[in-house]
Amino acid sequence: MLEVQAVSRSFGDRKVLDDVSFAVRGGRMTGFVGGNGAGKTTTMRVILGVLQPDSGVVQLDGSPITASDRTRIGYMPEERGLYPKMKVHEQIVYLGRLHGMSTAQARESASTLLERLGLGERLGDTVESLSLGNQQRAQIAAALVHNPEVLVLDEPFSGLDPIAVETVSSVVKDYAASGAPVLFSSHQLDIVERLCDDLVVIADGTIRASGSREGLREQHSTPRFDLQLDGDAGWIRSEPGVTVLEFDGGYALFDVDDPAVAQRVLQRAISTAPVLHFSPVTPTLSQIFKEVIQ
Amino acid sequence: MTGYTSPSFAAGTWLVAEREIMTKLRSKSFVISTAITLLVILASVVIGSLVSANPTLPRVAAVGSAISVVEATEAFEVTEAASREEAEQLVRSEEVEAAIIPDDSPTGLLVIGLDSSPSGVLAALSVSPAVDILEPDTQNKGLIYLVAFGFGIVFFMSAITFGMTIAQSVVEEKQTRIVEILMSTVPVRVLLAGKILGNSLLAFGQIALIALLSGVGLLATGQNILLADIGPSLIWFTVFFAFGFVLLAALFAATAALVSRQEDMGSVTTPIMMLVMIPYFLVIFFNDNAFVLAIMSYVPFSAPVGMPMRVFLGTAEWWEPILSLVVLLASTAFFIVLGSRIYANGLLKMGAPMKLKDALVKRS
Repeated sequence: MLEVQAVSRSFGDRKVLDDVSFAVRGGRMTGFVGGNGAGKTTTMRVILGVLQPDSGVVQLDGSPITASDRTRIGYMPEERGLYPKMKVHEQIVYLGRLHGMSTAQARESASTLLERLGLGERLGDTVESLSLGNQQRAQIAAALVHNPEVLVLDEPFSGLDPIAVETVSSVVKDYAASGAPVLFSSHQLDIVERLCDDLVVIADGTIRASGSREGLREQHSTPRFDLQLDGDAGWIRSEPGVTVLEFDGGYALFDVDDPAVAQRVLQRAISTAPVLHFSPVTPTLSQIFKEVIQ
Repeated sequence: MTGYTSPSFAAGTWLVAEREIMTKLRSKSFVISTAITLLVILASVVIGSLVSANPTLPRVAAVGSAISVVEATEAFEVTEAASREEAEQLVRSEEVEAAIIPDDSPTGLLVIGLDSSPSGVLAALSVSPAVDILEPDTQNKGLIYLVAFGFGIVFFMSAITFGMTIAQSVVEEKQTRIVEILMSTVPVRVLLAGKILGNSLLAFGQIALIALLSGVGLLATGQNILLADIGPSLIWFTVFFAFGFVLLAALFAATAALVSRQEDMGSVTTPIMMLVMIPYFLVIFFNDNAFVLAIMSYVPFSAPVGMPMRVFLGTAEWWEPILSLVVLLASTAFFIVLGSRIYANGLLKMGAPMKLKDALVKRS
């Protein structure tokens, strides 16, 4: 488990991180979301030791993270970069060796990964000759080549087409499934919503929400339901304990004071007309996001 | 999950150095320019030996008893002629420079020229009084200039070539942002050490190759005396260059870390370029000025040129190169520490060039 504990960091007079704490649990994909300049990249740089925090610590499995622990992290920085004139395979092998792999291990791992990421045909091409999407895949390979025990990925999906998002997310999910803590940030909330098990929301350098995706949803969901009847649903306006938000003939979106009220509404609905649809409405991630960063 | 232990300082440094070297060796422009440099050096050694070893002797025609006299001087290529008329004919047809025929004059010879007095021929036939020089000039002025120029230009070219390579490689890593991956993988000092080591090895290799080639060239063309003259200073030059370049490399890397784009690099590396250029001009203009050379031979930036020059001139005591080397080593260590601080602070700063003052503050 990777834990960030009470980390603060300022650049000059600007406090970029203020008492940031959260945990990335093993075997789970943790989405890290926040607006531009919220502090995601700075947090990740602190985890990787590229930046020193003013106060606070980063712990791995209960003890402060060391330089040698950090070499076992797979890191994909927000600012993408590989040597433009170096060949793809050679470059990934080089990074693997810098992490302490033998040449043979690094070669094998680089080949397998690049193959899996769909770059098998481009091993001998220079990075600059690849399309942006393919450079992005190579960048993922650079983060994964040394078989890291922890993954920290800053915006791994930006600039990828939907198929590439699938390829990359399946590779990353496999890592999480093998027990590694995975922290990834993204602006694309729909992707985060689909992939993450846990969620950390940051705004203005402070953590606004963190926890499991379902837990957060429950926390932030009002008891809201929608109902579609094959008939008129006008009677619902006069039900006690019900606040109707939207109404259109047989359709109603409404909040209830109590879960029991919802059941009562459902029973009455069944007795009046065929029920086509009745379900609780859970807030989407972007709704929760907007709510917590305010 | 497999955990790999990060490479040791030495192993990491070597990995980085190896990449620097391989990248450079694969660059066609580098290979070609090195090959041209080596060819020029080889050519100048060979041509130098041809010019000095085989001066062509003046051709003359000689008649009768003059033949034996002229041949005895061994200063001419002699064509025998049967008569004065035949000899004159040879002169007119410009097959020979002059004709020499017996005469009743006190010298016993008459020299016939075509349109002017053949001074070369006369000089060879003249008898000069013996000369005694009290303070002989042991070394030829032209040779001194040539050696000064050689040390100057080789130092200048190598330092600029490989210094700029380091600077470019630092800025490339910053510009492409791969530096963030590298920094999260290995300590910053490993990166810096690897860069300095890689490029120093390349520069040193090139210098050693040049020194070796000139040495072998001089030997092969039979100019052993010249080699004995230059040899020691050539060795000192190589040693001084090795450490002097490391110093410059640290400075190039540090200053390049201040900027994030290749376009901004020129402005920050200019002061370092000056440090490389000044010794070059000084040694060319002041190679006969003992005072300037003495100062140059101790200032760390110019010592790689100044001290070998003094060793060559024979004006340095045996301990002087060693003392100067110690000074150079100390300043190299100092600048590496200073340079790595600037480098570490500059690496993650993107955008406008960083102020040197900010880069020196100890914080990452």
